[in-house]
Amino acid sequence: MEFIDALINILNSTIRVSVPLLLACLAGLYSERAGVFDIGLEGKMLAGAFAGAAAAAVFASAWIGLLIAVLVSVGMALVHGFASITHRGNQIVSGVAINFIAAGSTIILGQAWFQQGGRTPSLPPEGRFGAVNLPFADALRDVPVVGQPYSGLLSGHSLLTYVAFLAVPFTWWVLFRTRFGLRLRAVGENPAAVDTAGISVAWLRYRAVICTGILTGLAGSYMALAQNAGFVKDMTAGRGYIALAALIFAKWKPVPAMFACLLFGFLDALSIRLQGSPLPIIGKVPVQLMQALPYILTVILLAGFIGKAIPPRAGGVPYVKER
Amino acid sequence: MAEAAIELIGINKSFGAVRANRDIALEIPRGTIHGIIGENGAGKSTLMSILYGFYQADSGEIRVNGKPASIKTPNDAIAAGIGMVHQHFMLVENFSVLENVILGAEGEALLNKSIAKARSELRRLEQEYGLEVDPDAIIEELPVGLQQRVEILKALYRGAEILILDEPTGVLTPAEADHLFRILQQLKEQGKTVVLITHKLREIMAITDNVSVMRQGTMVATRKTRETTVEELAELMVGRRVLLRVEKGEAKPGAVKLSVKNLTVKDSRGVTMVDDVSFDIRAGEIVGIAGVAGNGQSELMEAVSGIRKAVSGTVMLDGKPIDLTGQADPGELRDRGLAHVPEDRHHVGLVLAFDESENSILGYHDKPQYLKGPFLNLDAIQKDAQEKIEKYDIRPANPRLKTANFSGGNQQKIVLAREIEQDPGVLIVGQPTRGVDVGAIEFIHKRLIAMRDQGKAVLLVSVELDEIRSLSDRILVMFAGRVVGERGPETGEGELGLLMAGVEHKEAAE
Repeated sequence: MEFIDALINILNSTIRVSVPLLLACLAGLYSERAGVFDIGLEGKMLAGAFAGAAAAAVFASAWIGLLIAVLVSVGMALVHGFASITHRGNQIVSGVAINFIAAGSTIILGQAWFQQGGRTPSLPPEGRFGAVNLPFADALRDVPVVGQPYSGLLSGHSLLTYVAFLAVPFTWWVLFRTRFGLRLRAVGENPAAVDTAGISVAWLRYRAVICTGILTGLAGSYMALAQNAGFVKDMTAGRGYIALAALIFAKWKPVPAMFACLLFGFLDALSIRLQGSPLPIIGKVPVQLMQALPYILTVILLAGFIGKAIPPRAGGVPYVKER
Repeated sequence: MAEAAIELIGINKSFGAVRANRDIALEIPRGTIHGIIGENGAGKSTLMSILYGFYQADSGEIRVNGKPASIKTPNDAIAAGIGMVHQHFMLVENFSVLENVILGAEGEALLNKSIAKARSELRRLEQEYGLEVDPDAIIEELPVGLQQRVEILKALYRGAEILILDEPTGVLTPAEADHLFRILQQLKEQGKTVVLITHKLREIMAITDNVSVMRQGTMVATRKTRETTVEELAELMVGRRVLLRVEKGEAKPGAVKLSVKNLTVKDSRGVTMVDDVSFDIRAGEIVGIAGVAGNGQSELMEAVSGIRKAVSGTVMLDGKPIDLTGQADPGELRDRGLAHVPEDRHHVGLVLAFDESENSILGYHDKPQYLKGPFLNLDAIQKDAQEKIEKYDIRPANPRLKTANFSGGNQQKIVLAREIEQDPGVLIVGQPTRGVDVGAIEFIHKRLIAMRDQGKAVLLVSVELDEIRSLSDRILVMFAGRVVGERGPETGEGELGLLMAGVEHKEAAE
């Protein structure tokens, strides 16, 4: 039983750390599938987390926090869109700029508004998304085999966790079963085909980056309003980049994206769990190595094990009508 | 005359200082195939892009079926019943045929119904026009001929009554082109109007009912096809008389300049592309290599010019061997008087993002006349480029213009000027007139003949059999990596065609 408990424990924390990755990864998927590379997922997440935490602290409402987080994040996504779609700027430069703006402004504004060294005040329970207990979770807890996984693993997460995992099939459906999805995929592959078919390339790409903004807003909200009780400076800690790696690893497909995020989340959870405890045969492993493990594996997996990841063909290239 | 499907009245369009279309008037009768012909850059594509709403005219009026039409976007054009097959296909390569056909014409927010509708509609179009294509095939796995058919289907699916095709045969094999023409005939019989943009005179004569000629942004003439001739159209296009046949005197072959012995070359996959080939080229003669593309001509040229590694054999230039290990510095061969005009001017011959003047010295940029100490002598380079521009009539005559902004014919002249003006003893030329318009073809052919008459050795590789026959003093035919025959320039097309198809070669082997 001890092993089962440990396993449930690790899987539980896998889910917890995977959620922001997954939301950010799906966010990137919308944008990049439409041909707009977005290295600014990190910044939008961070800004969303800060805005959400600040609003939730002021209004003592998780929902207002979520709304503000999404609005701010969409606003930043539109800045990226304005630079890279309307003005055909370099998408990497624009994304990096957004990351810098988010990193700096969250600390400055946080200090100016709350005087807690860049933190936001600790959130009261009504300012957070608490655990949602699925029906019968308590009743089924002691049922053998299914009880533990259901009550201990599936139940008891925040609302945003369920939203994140439901967003996977939803994204697949949007991408492959709707007109919007067809056009979105087309504009990332050959915008000229979309243009000559009488569809506005710019408006389509703007809608895609808005989707990205909504999802990074959710990712930031999750970190500040569900996983933690407030904003801490630089709290995204590179998750936006890991999400991008997961997106490439998943070859820009929603379901593989979920598995990629779960894998990275699992490695992360494992490294936390194994810190300090000696491993069989190898013995004690330095903490730093365990912390670096997800990154090392990312590099190895991306370098060799997934075959060629072909990005959307028009990705990163601003659309200019040829003369 | 039948009622006009399209009338263009006083269309003007400028891009910056360039007037692409000036005061164009054009009437296209319904139910006909109408050719629009002109050299590259004459404004044909611009005019059609205006008609399709891709650009907007600065002034002028478009009438469709007699009614004034405001066409501001491709959507307006589609609504007016105009469909367009672009020169570069507007297809999403990793989408299925069905997905490409419905893109932009889905009808409703969810796809399942629109896909089902498109599937049955495609079946109907297939029966009506003989446009067969597997609706579930992925575009990038289809040959270009079928991809083009998908473009036509896209237009018909949107209810096009008027179909514009921009240079449709540029990417097609002759058989595919013939098939396309049959489809166009069928469309015409069903009452559709077809507009065919091309610079190939043969196609105009073969298929159109009427033909309009454009030159430098103006519409210079419209003729009934059966009342005109190739010569007249060529003259209208270029604005002066064009010699479609090359005039040249007797060759006076001298000493052997380039000698190839038992050359064998493999490609990167290890397939033998050139198989034990031997030949000599003498000063003062043009040796043409005929063959269907992909029979080893490219590899032969690359090996002889020191770019590609050879497996065995020797190549002697002026009696001294050329390094065939693939390590050779092509610069060294240039110094020894071997110049090479590559087949693929976009990827090998030019750096498109460079100025014209930079490209006109590329590869010779370390010659003392272009240097001032360790630096480039920009004044000398500009002056040199200006001289070449005048001598080769390169337009626009601006050495500082980006090379990508020149038309195909002028780009080719830039490469030829660069290589010929260094006065090489041996010139290797690949596909010198591919994608080049009539006026420039005539010029390039004259230059090559002039090289020969100056006592240079010229190796000409071309897939255009007419070109090989009119320029060469001797013709070598390559098939499957071997030289399967040598013939004189007076040899008939039929006999060469059989050799190129490997017929005699097979018989000899049996």
